[in-house]
Amino acid sequence: MTPAPGGVPGRADRHHRRRTRPPAALALPAVLAAVFLAVPLAGVLAHTPWPDLAGQLSSPAVAQALGLSLLVSGWALLVSLAVGVPLAWLLARVDFPGKALVRALVLLPMVLPPTVAGTALLRGFGRNGLLGGPLEALGVTLPFSTAGAVVAAVFVAMPFLVISLEGALNGIHPRYEEAAATMGATLPQTLRYVTLPMVMPSLASGAALCWARALGEFGATITFAGNLPGVTQTLPLQVYLLLQRDPSAATSVSLLLLVVAAAVLVALRGRWLGHAR
Amino acid sequence: MVLPAPSAARPRARLATALRAFPVLLSALSVLLVSLLVSACGGGALAGPAGGERTTVTVLAASSLTDVLTEAGGVYEEEHPDVRLRFSFAGSQELAAQVRQGMPADLIVTADTVTMDALRDVTGPATVVAHNRLAIATAPGNPLGVDSLDDLARADVKVVLADSEVPAGRYGQSLLERRGVTVRPVSREPSVRAVLSKVELGEADAGLVYVTDAAAAGDAVHTVPLPDERGAAVRYPAAPLRDAPHPEEAEDVIAWLGSEPARRILRDAGFSLP
Repeated sequence: MTPAPGGVPGRADRHHRRRTRPPAALALPAVLAAVFLAVPLAGVLAHTPWPDLAGQLSSPAVAQALGLSLLVSGWALLVSLAVGVPLAWLLARVDFPGKALVRALVLLPMVLPPTVAGTALLRGFGRNGLLGGPLEALGVTLPFSTAGAVVAAVFVAMPFLVISLEGALNGIHPRYEEAAATMGATLPQTLRYVTLPMVMPSLASGAALCWARALGEFGATITFAGNLPGVTQTLPLQVYLLLQRDPSAATSVSLLLLVVAAAVLVALRGRWLGHAR
Repeated sequence: MVLPAPSAARPRARLATALRAFPVLLSALSVLLVSLLVSACGGGALAGPAGGERTTVTVLAASSLTDVLTEAGGVYEEEHPDVRLRFSFAGSQELAAQVRQGMPADLIVTADTVTMDALRDVTGPATVVAHNRLAIATAPGNPLGVDSLDDLARADVKVVLADSEVPAGRYGQSLLERRGVTVRPVSREPSVRAVLSKVELGEADAGLVYVTDAAAAGDAVHTVPLPDERGAAVRYPAAPLRDAPHPEEAEDVIAWLGSEPARRILRDAGFSLP
C-alpha cells in the first residue's frame, strides 16, 4: 500500500528485472491473476447496452446520484485534506507515545469490511451512539443526512491519503526542513515552501486515491447514512438497487464508475503504473 | 522534534528478494489456492461435513422469513434426515435478480406475487404458503406517540421505509397512497429487516415493517398494528426453480410448508395462513 517514496532506490533494479525472462512457475499464476482481474471488467464492457448508454446515463435519477456522489466525495476529500495532512505529518515527523496505536487506527478502516465500518459509525455517531447526544445538542444528526454520507466516506477514504503522504514524508530527509529552520523559517513557512512542494506528487496521488475510494463507498454509506435519492443515495447505492430492477442500467452506471476509476489511475500513471504506458 | 526517516524501501527490497527466492513455493501455493477455489465452486465441498449421503436443497427466501424458515427448516431436517436445507435470505427483488443471473438453487419464496410472476419463465407453478400484514414499529414505549399511519406524516417523526424495489416497500407505498398519507422518509432501506434494525438502533423513530418482523424483535420495538384492509394482504408464494438441481426435494419442501407442523410454526410467528 505504501507508494514508493521518492521512487529512486528501486528504479535501476526494476529495469534489470524487466529484462529477465520469467520462469514458467511464476508466469503461469501471474497470467492467471491478470486474467482473473480482467474478466469481470470485460464482462461489464461486453454487457454494456451501448445504444442505450447515453439515455440511461442522462436519466434524471442517474444525474441526481452522480451529482450527489461528486458532492459527497468532494467534501470527503476536503475534510480528509484538512485533517489528514496534519495527521500524516505528525506520524512522519514527531515521536509521541501511542504512535503505533494511532497508525493502526489509520490503517484499520482500510482493512475493515465497510458494513462493519457502518455499524461502528452508527455506534459512534448515531443518535444513540457515543457522540450522538452531544451532536444532537449541537443540532447535528448524521444518520440519513448528506453529512452522514460524507462522514462514512471520510472514514474509509482518509487512510489512503494519510498513508501515502506519510510514506512520502518519510522518504525525504529532515535536513531540508532543518536547513529551512536554520535560515529562520517558521514551521508553517517550512511546511508551505519546503515540505509540501517536495511531497506534492505523493499528496496528489494520495488525494486522488482518497477521492476515488470516497466516490466508490457503498457499505458504510448504506449502513450508516441510509438510502434516499438526492440525500444519501450515491452512485454505488444506485447501482446496487438498479441491479435488482434494471440490470442493463446498472451495467451502464457501473461502466461510468469504472471509467472514472480508470481515469484516476491514468492520471497517476507515473506513480502507480510504473513506466509502462 | 524532527527526526525519524526510516527507509520504507528496505522492507520492500527484502520482500522482493524473498519472493524471487521461492518461485516454486509461490506457484505451489497458487495451484493449491486455485484447486481450493474450484472445489469450493463445484458445490460438492459445501455439502457439509455430514457427508455425501445427504442432499443439500438450496432455498432462496424473502428476508422477512428469516426467523420462521430457519426454525421450520430445523424441523424439516429432523423429519427428513437425508435432506439438508441451506437458506439464502435477502430482499425478494434481490433473490429474483440472483435467479435471473443463474444462481443454482432449488426453490424460491418471495414476499409478493409480483416478483414471483416476473420469474414465471424460470420457475414451476407457485403455491402461496403464508400471509402477512404491515405494522408500524417504533421505539419501546412509543415515546413519540405514533398511533396510526397519519402520524407517519408528522414532521417530528423520522420514518424509514423499505425501498419500493422490495415487496415491503411496495405494500407500504400502496397502503399509504390508499390512505392518502404523504410520508417523507429519511431513508429507503434495501430490505424490510434493515428498516427494523434502524428502528431497533433508535436511528429512526418509526418504520413500516411486517407484523412478524415486529414480533420477532420482541421488546426491542413497540408494535402499532394497522387495521385490517381488504386487498392489502401480503402473500408469500413458493415455487421450484426450473433448473433446480433437486426438483423432487424442492416440490417436497413446498408441499411440507402446507403441512400441519409447518403451519403451526408459521402461525406462532405471527403469519396468517392461506
